[in-house]
Amino acid sequence: MSDLFTGYYAYVFVFVLMMIGVYGILVKRNLIKKMIGMTIFQLSIILFYVAAANKWGGTVPVLDARLGTPLASQYINPLPHCLMLTAIVVGVATSGVAFALIISTFRRFNTLDENELLEKMRKKDA
Amino acid sequence: MRNLILFNSPALIPILLMGSAMLLLIVAYKKPRLAYWFTELILLSTFSIAILNLFRVLREGAIHYRFGSWLPPIGIEYVLDHLSAFFMLVINGIAFWVMLHAKETVPYEVKSKETPYYSLVLLMLAGFNGIVVTGDVFNLYVFLEICSLAMYGLIACGEKKAPFSAFRYLIMGSLGATFYLLGVGFLLTATGTLNMADLKVILPQIAHTPAIWIALVLILLGLGLKMALFPLHGWLPDAYTYAPSTSSALIAPTGTKVAAYALIRFIFFIFGIDVIMKHTPLLTIIAILSALGIIIGSVMAIAQKEIKRMLAYSSVAQVGYIGLGIGLATPYGLIGAVLHVMNHAVMKGLLFLVSANFRRKLGHSNLDKLDTLTRRKMPWTSAAFAVAALSMVGVPPTVGFFSKWYLVLGTIHTGQWLFLATILFSSLLNAVYFFRVLERIYMKPYKGDSPQENDVSCDEVCPSMLVPTLVLALTVLLLGLFNMVIVNNVIKMIVPQGL
Repeated sequence: MSDLFTGYYAYVFVFVLMMIGVYGILVKRNLIKKMIGMTIFQLSIILFYVAAANKWGGTVPVLDARLGTPLASQYINPLPHCLMLTAIVVGVATSGVAFALIISTFRRFNTLDENELLEKMRKKDA
Repeated sequence: MRNLILFNSPALIPILLMGSAMLLLIVAYKKPRLAYWFTELILLSTFSIAILNLFRVLREGAIHYRFGSWLPPIGIEYVLDHLSAFFMLVINGIAFWVMLHAKETVPYEVKSKETPYYSLVLLMLAGFNGIVVTGDVFNLYVFLEICSLAMYGLIACGEKKAPFSAFRYLIMGSLGATFYLLGVGFLLTATGTLNMADLKVILPQIAHTPAIWIALVLILLGLGLKMALFPLHGWLPDAYTYAPSTSSALIAPTGTKVAAYALIRFIFFIFGIDVIMKHTPLLTIIAILSALGIIIGSVMAIAQKEIKRMLAYSSVAQVGYIGLGIGLATPYGLIGAVLHVMNHAVMKGLLFLVSANFRRKLGHSNLDKLDTLTRRKMPWTSAAFAVAALSMVGVPPTVGFFSKWYLVLGTIHTGQWLFLATILFSSLLNAVYFFRVLERIYMKPYKGDSPQENDVSCDEVCPSMLVPTLVLALTVLLLGLFNMVIVNNVIKMIVPQGL
């Protein structure tokens, strides 16, 4: 059990972060808080990739001995970092769209509380 | 020139769509009317390229395209095989006809924002086509997000409640995409590759490790959210109901289908049925959930009073058919699922176009207010609706019958009688909610005082809306009549060996 925490504590941390994000999305009623939960959730995945790519004593994959090391076994795989660069961009775009939708919702209903919003929508239907 | 087009044909459609989505903003900056024609021109060319691609794939087999000539495990590869080419044709065909319909509805429903609207449409289609053609699992994630982001925008510009339903969709969609990304992370750390063909080789060797199962579960969960597979369908009804008519007519036939494509790709072509069946009961779970979705979606559709909302719930049920076909994991099940993707795309596109016609001419698409007067006013639209309704129920000469037929064959071959009962019972439920509308349009006499029923003359929608509606109605019949040609020549080639 202690092995889990000493060897894989980064993943435990990522998992806790992920659950905080899911909690925010599912339980919180305010749209902005939902957004924050979603961002935390996305960030936890980014940390997961970066943690998975880590290697103790590893270094950048550059052949030049002055910059890195010529030993291929010491290289840190740069692919996950590149992928996460893309994922961060996607995350920023998603947040942008989400905030635009939140602003537009607020202008129309004057509230950001999910329960109140549903209430107002139901009233309009009746 | 011809060689250049042939050489680049797999990548041509996504790049053309994405480039023109940006170009459109400049071209139609001053004249919004130009946006429609520009979009139609681009969609016509992608439609023709998709047709040519399908014939080329049938003739030559899978086409591989390497970006920058980097060889596959390192570079990103586009693969156009039978499955991709078929899905691509369905997406671009539907997009062309539905957008032809948009000429009158978009200025009417999306006032003064036409140019960005069309740009988003092109961007979304670029995402769809990218998902379908890519051979790289991370590339698929990026395209999934491109099309989803465009989709949120397309939904949000609808009625008053649209932004909120789009926001809920965004939360669920992003959650799904992030689960997918996490699954890809597990795959990457376990195998060290992102290329689909490479994964297919490596996965069976390490299929016994828990990391692979977790990756599979996460990917299926993510794609299930995007596909609105029951019980992950919560975002769908509101999003489809409050979106502008053109958006729902475009997203309902194609949006969930690309996620279905990704599901088929992962289950049958990357992990492989053997690996999944040996280690997990996931496929049975998918089949059971889909069966539940079929029944509950149909029951919810019966409870709706508004045609668009009814169609949205019916989409949940129809996605269930596709999921059931996938979950059966037999050749007939897969054929039924892939055929149903095409059938449902045509039928649901047609039904949403009809609801758009009602909304444009009558100002509503409320079930209670329809009567024979509607039919007198709009005979062609009503006839198109009747064709689509019969097809949704599954009456023989229409397409809807044949995909259900293959699904039924799949259940009989595996002896899963409960699923057979589900399909038959759901046809009955479909009949309930579609014949209810038909009864109002064709039987229910008009009760008001004036105008007299016989005085009402034909007041059909304008040609730009009527032609796509009728073409899709005709397609429903023609695809039904010639379904053997499609199944034998295209869909049977999709079924992977060893299934």
